[in-house]
Amino acid sequence: MSPRTTRAADQSRGDGSSDSGRPRAAARSRSTGSPGAPDAPGGAGPTAAPRAIHAPRAGRRRGEGPWGWLFVSPMVLVLGLFLLLPILMALWVSLLHWDGQSNPFSGQAKFAGLDNYRALLTEDGLDRTLFATSLRNNAYYVLLTVPLQTGLALVLALIVNQRLLRARGALRTAFFFPSVTSSIAVSTVFLFLFQGSGAVNSLLSWIGVKGPNWFADPRGVLSLLLGALGIVDPDRPSGALADHSFLGLSWFQWLSGPSVAMCTIIVLAVWTTSGTFMLIFLAALQDIPRELEESAALEGVNRYQMLRHITLPALRPVLFLVLTLGLISTWQVFDQVYVMGQGAPGNTTLTPAFLSYSAAFDDADFGQGAAIAFIMLALILCLTALQRWAFRDRDARPGRNR
Amino acid sequence: MTTRTAAAALATCAALMAATGCSSSFGDGKETEQDSGAKQHLTVLIATSGDAETKAVKDAAAAYQKESGNTVTVEVAKDMNQQLAQAFAGHKPPDVFYVNSDQFANYAKAGSLYPYGDGIKDADDFSAQLRSSFTYDGRLVCLPKDTSTLGLAVNTELWRQAGLTDQDYPATWAELKQVAGKLTGDGVTGLVTTNEYQRLGVFMKEAGGWVTDARQTKMTAAGAQNAEGLAFAQSLLKSGSMKYAKDVDTSWGGEALGKGRAAMTIEGNWLAGAMKADYPDVGYKVVELPAGPSGKGTLAFSNCWGVAAESAHRAAAVDLVKYLSSGEQQLKFADAFGVMPSRTSSLATYAQQVPAAKAWVDGAAYAQGPVTIAGFDKVLGQFNTDLQALRTADPKKILADLQSNGEQAMAKGD
Repeated sequence: MSPRTTRAADQSRGDGSSDSGRPRAAARSRSTGSPGAPDAPGGAGPTAAPRAIHAPRAGRRRGEGPWGWLFVSPMVLVLGLFLLLPILMALWVSLLHWDGQSNPFSGQAKFAGLDNYRALLTEDGLDRTLFATSLRNNAYYVLLTVPLQTGLALVLALIVNQRLLRARGALRTAFFFPSVTSSIAVSTVFLFLFQGSGAVNSLLSWIGVKGPNWFADPRGVLSLLLGALGIVDPDRPSGALADHSFLGLSWFQWLSGPSVAMCTIIVLAVWTTSGTFMLIFLAALQDIPRELEESAALEGVNRYQMLRHITLPALRPVLFLVLTLGLISTWQVFDQVYVMGQGAPGNTTLTPAFLSYSAAFDDADFGQGAAIAFIMLALILCLTALQRWAFRDRDARPGRNR
Repeated sequence: MTTRTAAAALATCAALMAATGCSSSFGDGKETEQDSGAKQHLTVLIATSGDAETKAVKDAAAAYQKESGNTVTVEVAKDMNQQLAQAFAGHKPPDVFYVNSDQFANYAKAGSLYPYGDGIKDADDFSAQLRSSFTYDGRLVCLPKDTSTLGLAVNTELWRQAGLTDQDYPATWAELKQVAGKLTGDGVTGLVTTNEYQRLGVFMKEAGGWVTDARQTKMTAAGAQNAEGLAFAQSLLKSGSMKYAKDVDTSWGGEALGKGRAAMTIEGNWLAGAMKADYPDVGYKVVELPAGPSGKGTLAFSNCWGVAAESAHRAAAVDLVKYLSSGEQQLKFADAFGVMPSRTSSLATYAQQVPAAKAWVDGAAYAQGPVTIAGFDKVLGQFNTDLQALRTADPKKILADLQSNGEQAMAKGD
């Protein structure tokens, strides 16, 4: 190699120092950091990124900003036009007495301020009673559906993930099948299965149980349970439960639990959605490093310990995803309700999503329909934030690499 | 960061204003300009009960085309309420459409319907109850398309098996209770009907009450007569000789009658078509509903032919409605899909042509029209929900709730 070329190479390396400066600086800072202190995962090193190193980088990219905006503009436009704008329009509609017959943005519809929200939350009347009833129904639906579908999906995924299992493909297809079937079709089939003289009750009669007329039974299962134990009389509740009320429903009504009809919808929802979530869990399970399981096996852990200390911790982010998706979709349940009862029997399958629809399209009260939707949005956001907080609490533990 | 947020907010606002500005630039409550051409094109939106009705309306439209020179397109709605609401909001309503009685007041209140009733010279020929149901603010808004009333349908085979004869058709509540008891047993329930005021309301009417006063300006639900009517229904439910359709695994009274689970049901003249299609071998007879303490009573139902206020072809649209609601045309519809004419003059002809429907036709004379008050859909929906528990609930409490809910909805509507 001639000295000249060596010099040129040196020079070029020197010129390019601004490119490679950052990694080198980071490396230096890491090595010069106080010995023994572990690096905070993901975070920059303690003395990393002095301004002098950032400056040339920013300078070189200065001209790229407008290009960046140009390239993302189609997506921003699409999202803005079809997502953000309709949401803002709906928010505006929720502040109006709009009957759907005029243009809500032209001032023809009467501005109502927070009237729609007030009628739903603070004023005693049919609107509030219906909304509270729908909240109660939906809360029980979420409370039962989310844990059941997540648990079932996890169990199914663990089963299907067994390498020694035969016909894994067939099982996977079978478990996933309900998820790809139209929910309307499945709901209709369930309607027939759970008729008073349907297949389910025929099966029950073989073991000597007289099943209820599922979709016509408005009794809450908790109140039935309490009635069976002799604590309250479900037909004539009395005492503190009947005397106190919240949002226009007595405590007894709040605590009476999901009705028998709602329970069948819960069974349906668990059955149809667990396949989808099984697939998500399965993908995560197959992502767990083999070495981790093998070294655990070498340590002599049993199956339960393996599940508890290796598999489940590795599934945490996916568990968060599944719970969030489950929570959101269960608070928005609509199509099963639309097909199976539209609130009947006794308003016990009424959900906020269906109430919003019927307020808008059956009662021509679009403002109230939109208000219901926004209260639900706030509720879902709060619950998701709560859930994030609950999960983040442990995520901050040192030593986790994620 | 703050500047970027501010810029984003500004851009959003600008986009929002641009979009709303654009959408408000067409049609802002101005009178729609009327098309004065000789040949106009009309669109008709219907919610059909089946192929027979679709075909009959299309045939009628075709006949009108030939006669008038206007062209007519008939479209069938999948979800009438939603499609109409969207069409009104988008200022592109069909010219002529079916208006369901539940929705009539909502549309009329919003000014979506062109009140053409004043221009109909022979409007008196339509039954008074239906005219009052389709009147808003003192003006007849639209013409009833057809009518239906409720009667007592009896399964003749089960009737005979219970040892009853033609002389035993119940004329009073006491007789109804007696025959219902006799017919009940062995998988058969004496009387089966759906848990809605559109059926159980007959007992309120027969006791001399109703949900509102005649002009639909005041709630009268909490009246003692209504309570008496519901108490009678409750006594039947408690004795087991009357059940709701869902409790016998059927979706409505006609199905229960056809499947032999009900010996009697309270249904309207659509029953005839359903029985012919689904249970052609089941013999049945329709008689008038038994009289209550205050005499005979039944309920009438109807849709009307709405003309859009924003139609550019109002005159032609009204002309089409006149054609479609003429006596001759109504009899054709009656023949095609079993509805009853809403014109009193045609009703007499209809009764001669279809003797089996005599009880329904006779009911039209004393029937109560549907409740048409804006925002009442949920009030009446709640009433139906409460009626489901009538067997164990207190009728007075149900009616008191209806009264207060109704008063609240009326106050909100004003």
